[in-house]
Amino acid sequence: MKRIGLSVNGSPHELEVEPRELLVYVLRERLGMTGTHVGCDTSSCGACTVLVDGESVKSCTMLGVQAEGRSITTIEGLASNGELHPVQQAFHEQHGLQCGFCTPGFVLATVSLLEENSSPTEDQIREGLEGNLCRCTGYHNIVRAVQAAAGKELPA
Amino acid sequence: MSVVEEGRTYIGASVPRKEDATLLTGQGRFVENLTAPGMMHLAVVRSPFAHAEITEVDLSQVRAAKGVVAAYSGAELADEWAGPLPCAWPVTEDIKIPDHFPLASDRARYVGDGVAVVLAESRAAAKDAAELASISYEPLESVTDVALAARPGAPLVHESLDTNESYTWAMSAGEVDTVFGEADVVVKERYRQQRLVPNAIEPRGVLVEPVASTGELTLTSSTQVPHILRTTLSGVLGMPEAKLRVIAPDVGGGFGSKLDVYAEEALCLALARKLGRPVKWVEERSEAFLATIHGRDVLQEIELAATSEGKITGVRARLTASMGAYLQLATPGIPLLGAWLYGGCYEMEAYDFSCTGVFTNTTPTDAYRGAGRPESNYAIERTVDALAREVGKDPVDVRRLNFIKEFPATIVSGLEIDSGDFEGALDRGLELLDYEDFRREQAARRASGDPKQLGVGFSTYVEMCGLAPSRILGALRYGAGGWEAATVRILPTGTVQIMSGATPHGQSHATTFSQIVADELGVDVDSVEYFSGDTAVVPQGMDTYGSRSLAVGGIALHQAAGKIVDKARLIAAHQLEVSPDDFEYEGGRFTVKGTDRSMTVTETAFHAWTAHNLPDGMEPGLEGASVYDPPNFSWPGGCHIAVAEVDTETGDARVIRYIAVDDVGNVINPAVVAGQVHGGITQGVAQALYEEAVYDSEGNLVNGSLTGYLVPSAAEVPSYEVDHVVAASPTNPLGVKGVGETGTIASTPAVVNAVVDALAHLGVTEIEMPTSPERVWRAIEEAKR
Repeated sequence: MKRIGLSVNGSPHELEVEPRELLVYVLRERLGMTGTHVGCDTSSCGACTVLVDGESVKSCTMLGVQAEGRSITTIEGLASNGELHPVQQAFHEQHGLQCGFCTPGFVLATVSLLEENSSPTEDQIREGLEGNLCRCTGYHNIVRAVQAAAGKELPA
Repeated sequence: MSVVEEGRTYIGASVPRKEDATLLTGQGRFVENLTAPGMMHLAVVRSPFAHAEITEVDLSQVRAAKGVVAAYSGAELADEWAGPLPCAWPVTEDIKIPDHFPLASDRARYVGDGVAVVLAESRAAAKDAAELASISYEPLESVTDVALAARPGAPLVHESLDTNESYTWAMSAGEVDTVFGEADVVVKERYRQQRLVPNAIEPRGVLVEPVASTGELTLTSSTQVPHILRTTLSGVLGMPEAKLRVIAPDVGGGFGSKLDVYAEEALCLALARKLGRPVKWVEERSEAFLATIHGRDVLQEIELAATSEGKITGVRARLTASMGAYLQLATPGIPLLGAWLYGGCYEMEAYDFSCTGVFTNTTPTDAYRGAGRPESNYAIERTVDALAREVGKDPVDVRRLNFIKEFPATIVSGLEIDSGDFEGALDRGLELLDYEDFRREQAARRASGDPKQLGVGFSTYVEMCGLAPSRILGALRYGAGGWEAATVRILPTGTVQIMSGATPHGQSHATTFSQIVADELGVDVDSVEYFSGDTAVVPQGMDTYGSRSLAVGGIALHQAAGKIVDKARLIAAHQLEVSPDDFEYEGGRFTVKGTDRSMTVTETAFHAWTAHNLPDGMEPGLEGASVYDPPNFSWPGGCHIAVAEVDTETGDARVIRYIAVDDVGNVINPAVVAGQVHGGITQGVAQALYEEAVYDSEGNLVNGSLTGYLVPSAAEVPSYEVDHVVAASPTNPLGVKGVGETGTIASTPAVVNAVVDALAHLGVTEIEMPTSPERVWRAIEEAKR
């Protein structure tokens, strides 16, 4: 076991983890942050996407021990004072989620995407979210949600 | 705050979803997020062989491993089962249904067949220990290809059956031989519906919590069918239904794959009962590729008889369908859900259909979005294009010539389409596309020799869903009815509780159902509280599949709410000392005609609750219940148009424009309906262009993970243009139709027709699905020869 210190949604945590333990399981099983979902075992689906120091990372591609000293944002840390984050609000208003299982990953990937490019084109949005899979929405309304969150006028 | 303007109804408005708040903030209650005190973790040891005799199961090292509580072979758990896992659809009298127990004990019949289980204190310990299982196999000859399995002399999946054929089901109508004999033109096509893996983004998961003192078990499962599970699993486990509670919590997509009774559900129940501790199992994705049912895997031969003008006179269809190694809940019936639809939305006089179900050493097949109807629609819509080529006409004109135009329409296969507007949908689609403009651009690209060629593909479709009239299901030998149950109750504070046996997994039941009831009772949509997915809260139900929730479950709720209005009318009349006939009822308010005296339904709820002053003999409380059995299937239809761009140098085919004009009857929530259409289209596009489960000759699933199996991302598909024509269903009082599967049913042939059309000038007429770059490139090269 190895002792690590990390910040999750602004709160500091010190904990003992196994060297082989993936960050996603540290978040889910040690810290109870179950909004970060596990949808595959090949780092393909992006359901486990979190922000590490502000950048989107599939938390199944990172070991817990690699999170030493890092600042993590999970879906639980996005809304503040009962107000949805603008990206969450946009997903709600544009019907960008159905079953909701992939949604935390998509929302955090979108936050990161818009951080890098505040005014992406549709193609840039589609390519930017290529690492996240959704089986329900066909992506149409996810793209619209990203456009709405970026303050773009939506196509009819 | 009301989300619709005063005087308008919720029905027809894109009411924002009630479901979103928890899901957007990471508070979803998915099985993988749930824990129970003292919980053990289950891992399943699975066969690496497609077909093998299990000669020895040695779990001594497993049992000695750190953190392991227990481990069992199939033989060691044999006494737990009062019966095998159920197949509820014995489609013929002489169907062969092999016993299927939760673990194999003597023979493994597909890669992934469970042979032993491990219970440990942690997920990691269970998985580590499962690696230590020492199981001796004697490999046997296997067969995974359905065509090979159907041949005489093929390796037998079940030796005792003496054949790989499970059943042959056939129907015929009209003078088939005469029609085909007299036809000017007979077009014959063969298609292969490749094997698909449903891939709901949430893998399956199970948690069982026992109450040792009473013998009660609570099963929480990522399932579409909690009520079916309760009924069937009580039989598998040999326990009274009263001792089994089933909960479907938040469920992360299903698409048919969670419409089943799975080995892991039975195993967790049996082991929790045996050891008196909670048991949890969560599937890994690569495990899901083996252990969760697959879809399609059907070979089709279809023939159309027609006049030289392209007027269709008859159809013949022969199917060979892979069942996989065992029959799951609905496996044999799935290809038959398309049995009536091989004539599509076209008039004709003769019809002949047969389907043979064949065992193979593969993961069992079962329902995958559309279930039987994507296959039938693909066959007819591709073949109509072939007919158009044969008679030298535009595929649009051939469709128009053959449409069913008068409704209700008894189709050649014998069912009655209650309503439709196929021509209206086609016209609207052509208008959105600007067909003439498209053909000009296509011609220009062809003339310039552009390496990127354009094609357009049409799919004018009708499908039958809203499963289903119980009597018809009985005639088809399905093991249950097709009704749905609903209860509506108003609490004294005005909160409306609604309960439906239709259980959601992404389809927005809470929002849509609340809209229906809120309008009927004239209450704010936010005051409606929706309950489902727990057999202790909603004891009766037939669950969610076959696009049935709105067209069956929604009607049950509407009727239950109507019963409340009837009782409320009597209470209001009593309170206001008038006759019930003196009222006008609108927007939840009973008004005495010609006066301003009135009472709302919610006000009567308070009187019903105090029961201080009710009409003589009236029971207190304001509650209505209804069980609705639909008199007919639901018949959505429409026109889908795909525009494909095909790179003739690399073979890469992409959909660059997609138009869907659907008739799904009256629309309750346009945003929700559009979302269903978008998702359905994407799964159909995925079958056309990307997805295929591939077995090698040894029976290994070679692309059994998301790295090798191409579920499309946002980068592979376009935005969609979605529109409607409305032919309200006369079958139900809301005029609604199912929508959950239309996109998947309609889209696949539209896309492949478009890819073929893009290459038509090169002489290409057929490309097998998925139309991968390699297949497209080869088709171009072959056409050149």
